[in-house]
Amino acid sequence: MEDIILLSHGSGGESTRKLIEEEILKYFRNDILEELLDSAVFNLHGKTAFTTDSFVVSPIFFPGGDIGKLSIYGTVNDLSVMGAKPLYISVGFIIEEGLSFDEFRRILQSMKLASEECGVKIVTGDTKVVEKGKGDKLFINTAGIGIIEEDLDWRGRKIEDGDLVIVNGGIGEHGIALMLERLGVKSGEEVKSDLAPLNSLTIPLLKSSKGVKFMRDPTRGGVAGILNEISQKYHIDIEVYEEEISIKDWVKSASEILGIDPLYAANEGKVVMIISKDEKEKVLEFLRVHPLGKDSRVIGEVKKGNGKVYLITKLGTKRILDTLKRDLLPRIC
Amino acid sequence: MEAKALIESIRKISKKEVNLMEFCGTHTHEIFRYGIRQILPENIHLLSGPGCPVCVTSEEDIDYIIALSENYDLGVITFGDLVNVPGSKGSLNYLRLKGKEVRIVYSPLEAINIAKENEHKKYLLIGIGFETTAPNLAYTLIRAKEENIKNLLFLSLHKLTPPAMKAILDMGEVKIDGIIGPGHVSTIIGREGWKEIFDEYKIPFVIMGFKPEEILYGIYLLVKILEDGKPALVNAYENSVKEEGNKKALEIMYRVFEKGPAIWRGLGLIENSGLVLRDNFEEFDIRKIYPIKVASKKDNLCRCGEVLRGVLKPTECPLYAKVCTPENPKGPCMVSSEGTCAAYFLYGGE
Repeated sequence: MEDIILLSHGSGGESTRKLIEEEILKYFRNDILEELLDSAVFNLHGKTAFTTDSFVVSPIFFPGGDIGKLSIYGTVNDLSVMGAKPLYISVGFIIEEGLSFDEFRRILQSMKLASEECGVKIVTGDTKVVEKGKGDKLFINTAGIGIIEEDLDWRGRKIEDGDLVIVNGGIGEHGIALMLERLGVKSGEEVKSDLAPLNSLTIPLLKSSKGVKFMRDPTRGGVAGILNEISQKYHIDIEVYEEEISIKDWVKSASEILGIDPLYAANEGKVVMIISKDEKEKVLEFLRVHPLGKDSRVIGEVKKGNGKVYLITKLGTKRILDTLKRDLLPRIC
Repeated sequence: MEAKALIESIRKISKKEVNLMEFCGTHTHEIFRYGIRQILPENIHLLSGPGCPVCVTSEEDIDYIIALSENYDLGVITFGDLVNVPGSKGSLNYLRLKGKEVRIVYSPLEAINIAKENEHKKYLLIGIGFETTAPNLAYTLIRAKEENIKNLLFLSLHKLTPPAMKAILDMGEVKIDGIIGPGHVSTIIGREGWKEIFDEYKIPFVIMGFKPEEILYGIYLLVKILEDGKPALVNAYENSVKEEGNKKALEIMYRVFEKGPAIWRGLGLIENSGLVLRDNFEEFDIRKIYPIKVASKKDNLCRCGEVLRGVLKPTECPLYAKVCTPENPKGPCMVSSEGTCAAYFLYGGE
């Protein structure tokens, strides 16, 4: 076989069949996918969560992960924060002609491992090839379906004055690591994306505490972006304590040089949650024994208000923490 | 000293009504980011001066770059924020969206690679910034000359901080009792670089760092000097700033550049306030190669100029937050995160 992917691999002919059966199916094989029909067919029981996301990250391999792993974890995380157990995933590849088979196989292998780790099946998919120059190596779209056990659905719980904001660790690592990589900055081993699947954290947490009232993964727009969405959606104010926010040293120093506040930088293994203050100890105790929650902290508090987020600085002053008003580097997820 | 103790000390000694002006965009940004204006006693007023290099870029200079790109098919290489600064007919970003090549680089040395990789196209590298960035650009030109690169041209928008400070003091529009001395610029020009201004105006001057504690300590020193009534020029950023500055950087800078006229937004033309290329680098000098004149129309509603001089608060500008926002800036003070309008907007300045 050729060592690069060509337009003919997307034309629907023999090369396409070979690409699907001899490459993709080899990695993703399961009982539903291997039927290779126009739709995946399966039964679902219970309240269903359904989500989709497209991944255009550049470069496709970055410290701490790659576009394939990101496309699985990203969709798994969108389900997990809703309390849904992720079950099935679809994968659409848009490949730029010229991508090497070697790189494509590394991505497939990485997606295979990621989906196995999360206990999801890749059940349907699509592959298109575009002319050289019309894409950037590889774009991936994934959609996912999960089932929410009735008492894990947090949507009806009322957010009120005094509720607490918790994040499960250091912020800004994915965004800042990607920027350093894109700028060609040689950096140490500690510099990497926080990319991780959250299902093993969020679902057991929702089972153990009914005080969790909101969860979302702070990807683009960062923690500050999510908090502004929450405050506007629920017509509350949120006060964030600058001193309580966990930021790794390398993120701190790189963000100073780049002139980017880590509060606005993307995360791929973090969850922002709002919990009832009575459940604080229980939730923190639970999170801190989990590998993805060791550095969990209460970073803020819900106040009565009208949709504003404030930062209480380490000097004790209070200022607006607005949404991002300018472009960070694009295409980080 | 701890920040809280510093605030206490300032409160204890401060009695006089004083205006302190900062001349560095990073100070502006950090002062707003930490809400430092709120915690100072009411008799201490902080004013922001023309300390952000992007903000002081004139309409004429942006219009000139756009005209060059349109008439001579030059690729433009520049730093991030400059692309959003409006001239009278649009910004460099607008030029890019219209299909012209505008590249953003993080290090000026990248320009050399771009020029080498595209031998058949001419590129214009725009040098912008104060004394802190000029040595890097100078080094880039020295390298370009050594490597005999023929398709890279250069436009210097570099400006010097002391002449702008002097211009503001001479205008006398606002009473300035003390100066928050720019830490970064001082690493290059040293404490020495401010002596002339200090000797002439005898206004208390403290060079300070950028951490909240360093800013508060600097303000404490200024207040103490003002209360004692004995003006002084103090270096409170000794870890980074030497008396004589960075001689090596200055040597490189003045090997390539010499002082010349520059147009500042809000201040106009100031002699010897900019850096222009020396004759032995004239093969790069776009102003000599394409000395075209542009007729710039100023946006009368944008009051950036007054904001830069500390005369007007951003909130007093009719465009502020209504039509002028960081997403859609009408003036440069809203473009850069170091601009006073952007700092007000982002951090909720009163």
